[in-house]
Parts: sequence; structure tokens; C-alpha cells
Amino acid sequence: MSLIHLTAYDLGLAALLVLALGGLIALNGLGLTRSLFVSSVRMVLQLLLVGLVLEALFRLDNPWLVALMGLIMLLVAGWEVVARQKRRLRGGWGYGIGLAAMALPAFSLTVLSLTVLVGVKPWYAPQYAIPLLGMILGNTMTGIGLGFNRLTSGAASGRREIEAQLLLGQTMREATRRLRQDSLHTALAPTINMLAVAGLVSLPGMMTGQILSGTPPLEAVKYQILIMFLIATASGLGVMLAIELGVRRLFDERQRLRLDRLHDAQ
Amino acid sequence: MDKSGSLLDIVGLQGLHFARVDLRLHSGELLCLYGASGSGKSQFLRALADLEPHEGQVYLQGVEQQQMPAHVWRRKLAYLPAESGWWSARVGAHFSRPPQTEDLLGLGLEESILQREVEGLSSGERQRLGLLRLLGQQPQVILLDEPSANLDPQSALQMEGCVRAYLQTQGAAAIWVSHDPVQRARIADRSLEMPINMQGG
Repeated sequence: MSLIHLTAYDLGLAALLVLALGGLIALNGLGLTRSLFVSSVRMVLQLLLVGLVLEALFRLDNPWLVALMGLIMLLVAGWEVVARQKRRLRGGWGYGIGLAAMALPAFSLTVLSLTVLVGVKPWYAPQYAIPLLGMILGNTMTGIGLGFNRLTSGAASGRREIEAQLLLGQTMREATRRLRQDSLHTALAPTINMLAVAGLVSLPGMMTGQILSGTPPLEAVKYQILIMFLIATASGLGVMLAIELGVRRLFDERQRLRLDRLHDAQ
Repeated sequence: MDKSGSLLDIVGLQGLHFARVDLRLHSGELLCLYGASGSGKSQFLRALADLEPHEGQVYLQGVEQQQMPAHVWRRKLAYLPAESGWWSARVGAHFSRPPQTEDLLGLGLEESILQREVEGLSSGERQRLGLLRLLGQQPQVILLDEPSANLDPQSALQMEGCVRAYLQTQGAAAIWVSHDPVQRARIADRSLEMPINMQGG
């Protein structure tokens, strides 16, 4: 069965559902209606914009434009990582570390999967490159956002414990072992949950989309498995890199914990 | 500069939150430090342990602080903050070597305290355990930030005796922050008032 096209009328009906929900919440005086509507409008505009951009990208089929799109996605993701920090590193370090830690695994794994695993020709074909990069980047972003926030706020709240270990002659690596471990676990918990319940509790979005558009379920499942492995690896590597760079920035060359390099709590 | 016979030489040590200090300590010596709140006593001790950025030099037996890896320096020049930090649930997990029973008893602590949870300790018990933990790494200089502030008079005397005995057997030196003139008269070989920090803050 091939794809059934949706009309503006179909989408309008679906939008009415959200309107009704907003009305119901407002009637009960529970607030939130406004942000529900604003976010819905944002969602429609953003997705329409992305749809137009993708249509153009597909038509032009220019590798440089694909790369530019990837770069924009990366910059926005870096901004999202910073926005999740309660205690940001001063001087743009939070943004820089987030970008580097995302870019390295996300881009290299996307290119690896395009060239070797999926074997797309040409390898930069936007139909494959953009969705793959988007999914890998999105999940890596979430992981790094969580892990880096845990690292910086944990260093601030755990200062006495960390310094106690430094004072007993431990290196900064030993003194932050627990913190690094905590940060990694916090960052990767959603990924591990996702792997554990995949297909049982929820059908992953990409697989659902492929099935809706007529792909045989087992083909869709194979793609989903591939993407899950890519997401897990990219998130894990990105988080480890972010933690490593973050710890180095939190300490100076004399292994002093430098909380003055963090902004005050938001 | 003549550093013969001295254990610790502090030359022009200065930080953001404390005024310049020059000081020489000999082996076995106990120096009491006092001064107004905000004069930067704790910041001075933190700088000695190289936990805080600072200017000036500190020599331990002629070796300058910056020439030694930071973690090695902190083992030799050990700082006990006014509130010590505990990172594990149980007391015993904080000791690389379990302390001697007689050392525990000497500070009025039962050996069973090592099995207890840090959460349930009084601040006085924490301070005494913090001192034992520190002495366990056999430092050459110990920096004590109001170590007996939360102790009853009997326990304070025990702690003073413990530190004295350590200085004598190890040939170590100590800087002890104390606000109590009676205690200072009792334990200090020398007392030093922390200079006023003109920069403020």
C-alpha cells in the first residue's frame, strides 16, 4: 500500500482537536492553554519551513548545501545544550565543548553509516544524510545536555567532597571519579531505556514513519536497529568527550577546582 | 635566602582575599593563627595547600610548591578545613589505611565508629575523624582550621595532645587557627595575627 496524501482539511481537523483540548483546560482554569497554542503554532511553522528547505535540498542535490544544513543543525543543537545548563561555563566554554563533543561523533558516525553501512550513492544524498544526522544529533544533544548539566552542577554542589579528596592527595581524576560516573549515567539513562523498551512500550518514530509510507515492517525494523546502534554509540562517545573536556576546564593546571569558571545559577 | 633548618618558608604569599604573609616554620613547631573574621585565614591556608590561586612562594624543605605535582604537595602539606568533606556513606571508606585503635581512643572515639554512617556523626566527631584521616597520610606540615571549635573542653585537650605527639614523633610543624586566647597560650610555640586585608572582600 502506498502513501495516502493528507490535505489541509485533514490537518485542520487535527488542529481542532488541540484547540478543543486548550478550551477544555481553560474552562477548568488550569492555565497552560496559551503555551499549548503558541507551541502548536511554532511546531507548524517550523515543520513547514523544514519541509520547504528539504524539498529545495532534494531538488538541488548539492553536497555543500547539505553540509550547510548539517552545520545549522549543529549550531542550534549547541544552543540547546547550553540552554539546559543551570551552571554554565564562562567565556563560551560550555557552548564550545558542547559543539565539539556533539560534532565529532555525530558527523563521523553519520558519514560512516552513509558510506559503509547503508552505502548510499552519492553518499551525501540529502534524503538519507539529513534524517540520519538529525536523529543522531538530536539524541546526542539530549545526552550531552543532561550529562554536562549534571557535571557542572554536581561540581558546584559537591565542592566540599571533591576538595576533601584533593586535600588527601588525590588527583583531580580520582577526586571526580564519582561525579564523572554520575554524569555519564544520567546522560545515558534515556538512551539505555530507549534500547530496553524499543518496540514494547512504543514504536520508534522513524520505524512508524517508514511503515506508514509503505515500507515492509521488517525493512523498517532493520533501519531502526541500525539507527538505534548509531544513536547509542554517538551519544555515549559524545557524552564521554563532553565530560572529559568539562572536567579539564573545571580544574586548572594545579588541579584546583575552579568554580569561578562557572556562571552563577540561573 | 637562607633556609637552613627551616621546614616551611612562606615568602610574600598573597591572595585575592588575604594580605601578604611572610613566615618561617621549624620542625616540631606549632604556630597559632588568629584574627578577625574576614581577614582571610582560611583562604591563606587554602593557598598554602595550593587549592586557591595566589602569588608568592612556599618552600617545603627548600622545594618550591609549583615544582611539585599538586597532589603530592597536598599530601605533604595537609589542610583540615573547618568543615571536612565526606564522600562515602560509611566512615571507614574514607581511610586508605584504617586508623590505629589507640589513636582513635586517644581522641575519645570508639573503634566501632568506622562502621557508622557519616550522616549520623556529630560535627565534633567529624572533626576528630578528619584529623585522623589527615594524619594517616603522614604530612610534614598540618594546617588546622579551628579544629577544636565544636569540641567539649576534655576532647579539645585530647586533640591538642594528639597533634603535639604527632609533631614530636614526625618532626612535623603545624599552623592552628584558634580564636581562644586560653587555648593559644596553652599550645602555641608562637602566635601570629593575620594581617588586615586592605583589598577588602
